[in-house]
Amino acid sequence: METLQVRIWRGTEEGDFQDFEVPRQESQTVLDVVTYVQRKCDSTLSYRFACRVGVCGSCAMTVNGVSRWTCRTHVSKVAADNKLEIAPLRNLPVIKDLVTDMREFFDKWARARGRFTGSTTRKDEFAKVSPESKERKRVEAGIECIGCGVCYSACDVVSWNKDYLGPAALNRAWTLINDVRDTARAERLAAVAGDAGCHACHTHLACTERCPKGLSPTAGIAGLKRAVLAATLSGEI
Amino acid sequence: MSQRAQVLLWGAQRISAMVLALCVLVHLLTMIYAVRSGLSAAEILGRTQGSIAWFAFYTLFVFAVAVHAPIGLRTIISESFNWRGRGLDVLTGVIGLSLAMWGMRAVFGVFGAGAA
Repeated sequence: METLQVRIWRGTEEGDFQDFEVPRQESQTVLDVVTYVQRKCDSTLSYRFACRVGVCGSCAMTVNGVSRWTCRTHVSKVAADNKLEIAPLRNLPVIKDLVTDMREFFDKWARARGRFTGSTTRKDEFAKVSPESKERKRVEAGIECIGCGVCYSACDVVSWNKDYLGPAALNRAWTLINDVRDTARAERLAAVAGDAGCHACHTHLACTERCPKGLSPTAGIAGLKRAVLAATLSGEI
Repeated sequence: MSQRAQVLLWGAQRISAMVLALCVLVHLLTMIYAVRSGLSAAEILGRTQGSIAWFAFYTLFVFAVAVHAPIGLRTIISESFNWRGRGLDVLTGVIGLSLAMWGMRAVFGVFGAGAA
């Protein structure tokens, strides 16, 4: 039977890779491989997953040096030579093995004012937003983020500047800036401005390249840069 | 540095980049013309001295550099050495002023009416 040579990170920030042999199967995903190791080889291996179908965003890891969602990454796509190196996401503290501490990632969503702020109640009429409006189209382009952290892990600016909000939080802010129902535009633009915000992005496009949902946080961040500058010049913020 | 200042710096770097794109293109085309035509240094100086148009062009070039480069260096230094705060901002200003000073010295040397 064909086998995969799998190296998996064990430990926390300090640790080493451990080698495993895993039977190669048809349509096998990287998450299948990790699950096999945990169930058949070493039950102390820690990793995180939930839905297994690319919805929950919890199974992201670094696979052969690249940040990916593992549940929808086929082994055939990333391990042509039957070798896999699986590590935790970059740019986040490692709790154990393949499990990272995501608090910093989600705290930055809060810092970027990633929560919708409206002015209506359930007794009011539904807002009418044309799908053809330019604002709605911009929201459409970024709204499918599943919060997996792949973009944050792939971003070099995050590794150089720990205060940087990161692609996911800024993408979220951009969708809310373009939500015509939202009432916190000025506060949100102020929250994402400057050296720790959108203006730190170098447009490397790593987030856009790696986003498993095919989103382009880079485009949203570029929009935020312009919007913040315009708001600064006009005195809005 | 205030957040407003950080945003304005970003804007200044964007605008100065646009100016530099044009200036570098004109500068390179001029250099290629001068070299391919076999002009001597004395012949080049003879054409540049007293030329208000070239003086204005290279003054614009120098100031675009003096704005653009320090802002980029500020980011590179900050990210490379994890250095932030007032000291870095002062260094950025010093670099900008130095570039403007040395650049204008060269401009006066090549385009000033009294240049040798």
